[in-house]
Amino acid sequence: MNEIIARHAIGKTVRGTTLVAHDGFSARYDLDRIAGVFSRPAHKLVGQSYVGKILVLDTAKGGVASAWMLHEMASRSAVPLALVFNTVNPILAQGAAFGGLTMLAGFDEDITACVPHGALVEIDPVRKVLRIL
Amino acid sequence: MNLNDEEKAILAGEVGPIPRLCLEHQIAVGDFFGAEDFVPVTQAHIMADTESLGQAGVMWLEKLGAMQGGQHQVRIPTITDPRGTDFSKAGALRQGEWMVELERRAIDSFVKLGVSMTDTCINYQTIQAPTRGEHLAFGDTGVVIYSNSVCGARSNFEGGPSALAAGMTGRTPRYGFHLDAAREATVRIRTDFTPRTLNDWGALGGVVGRLAGNYWSVPVVEGLEAAPGSDALKHFGAAMASFGSIALFHLVGITPEAVRLEDVRGDRLPVAHRIGEAEVKALQSSYATDDEIDVVVFSAPQLSLYELRDLAALCDGRKLIRPMLAVTSPQIKPDADRMGITRRIEEAGGMVLSGMCFYQSYAREIAEANGWKRLATNSAKLVNILGGYGYVPMLASMERCVHAAETGRLS
Repeated sequence: MNEIIARHAIGKTVRGTTLVAHDGFSARYDLDRIAGVFSRPAHKLVGQSYVGKILVLDTAKGGVASAWMLHEMASRSAVPLALVFNTVNPILAQGAAFGGLTMLAGFDEDITACVPHGALVEIDPVRKVLRIL
Repeated sequence: MNLNDEEKAILAGEVGPIPRLCLEHQIAVGDFFGAEDFVPVTQAHIMADTESLGQAGVMWLEKLGAMQGGQHQVRIPTITDPRGTDFSKAGALRQGEWMVELERRAIDSFVKLGVSMTDTCINYQTIQAPTRGEHLAFGDTGVVIYSNSVCGARSNFEGGPSALAAGMTGRTPRYGFHLDAAREATVRIRTDFTPRTLNDWGALGGVVGRLAGNYWSVPVVEGLEAAPGSDALKHFGAAMASFGSIALFHLVGITPEAVRLEDVRGDRLPVAHRIGEAEVKALQSSYATDDEIDVVVFSAPQLSLYELRDLAALCDGRKLIRPMLAVTSPQIKPDADRMGITRRIEEAGGMVLSGMCFYQSYAREIAEANGWKRLATNSAKLVNILGGYGYVPMLASMERCVHAAETGRLS
């Protein structure tokens, strides 16, 4: 079992499958929130469904809308299970707090290189740990 | 977080259920970032278009507005970012009645909470410019980066729920750009290209944003030959925030905290990147994938009176064959009407809208309703956003965009 420690954490413990890319994340810029897929043509996860997945990405990008959008997506159960970033901006933290999402951020290594795409992982925000199962 | 007596009272519910709910949210965010305490703020600015809120967000606002007891309105001046429609033009945009109705419900809720519906993302040009050192809770990344960088004020990106919370409690967690240490330069960039057009300023901001990389980076830029005007810095900052999630930049000898490079500790940094005209043009040409266009949009940020004046001059004597939308704030629009600027744009076939922003107005749905895909604009921020909405956006000067609206082609 491989454990990776984060500096920032919020939410409840979850377990799920990862979607990993060294790319950014913005709910407005990158997603078709109705279809539940990445829609920005240049995004490395374009066309892939994010619903129920643990997204492991480089950094939060773009605008402030993500705070409302995560809440709206959660209301339709069409939201990622958790978000994991090398670096995060306040909007994603605010959105996670408002939408009740689990999130980790801030690692000593590039988290997108440490976690395999499609891996089963557990996120424990109390201990600020990502566990590869 | 360390709470003072007033904050403890709010958390205990002594001021009412709404401030308590708001403070609980703020503490969760503050704890995430390791904030030691709160800092009082003087203004809040809420991004809350209904495309972002959805039904769930509007219902949450309605629930908040219906709470009884104690303080139920904001305690500091709290204003709004653009709405999701211009009610007088919703039909022309082919927006659905459900969109308009959702906007009305959101507005009713905000008014009950004491929020002033300014509906603008250029409040630093139209409502009240922040001052150096003023602590704020501003939403809209373009508003934050301009206020931090050009005005020397202090704000993090505050999403809608957090900005509303700050309006209710009059404070925000003290982390990020409220702190001196976070405002020092982290990446030093030199340019030998001083743009002349707004699209070039936006593209330069986009290049800097991509290079700087994330929210916590603070680029300091050297080499600009002259001080840009407010509209230039508006496009420069909005694009930098959009492409890089950047909230603060310094321009040596221009912005207030960087009179000298060493003022922001830029002198200890090596020059990490050099940007010339080629890099700025390359960003723009990367979007030039089609010659024909379906629609021209001037928005993101909303246009100032000077931008509208320039647009009107370009429209004089032309007949546009493609839709051309120019979006401004509710504060600018009456002046544009009174001075005949609106009439000149609309006589050519354009449409002047106010109180909304194109990408915040159900961009995907109005594209489908109107058959719009290939879009020309002079806003670098807009081209960065609209790809995810299914558009093929292209970046060009205001002059070339008007020509495209007249001929249907960008070349």
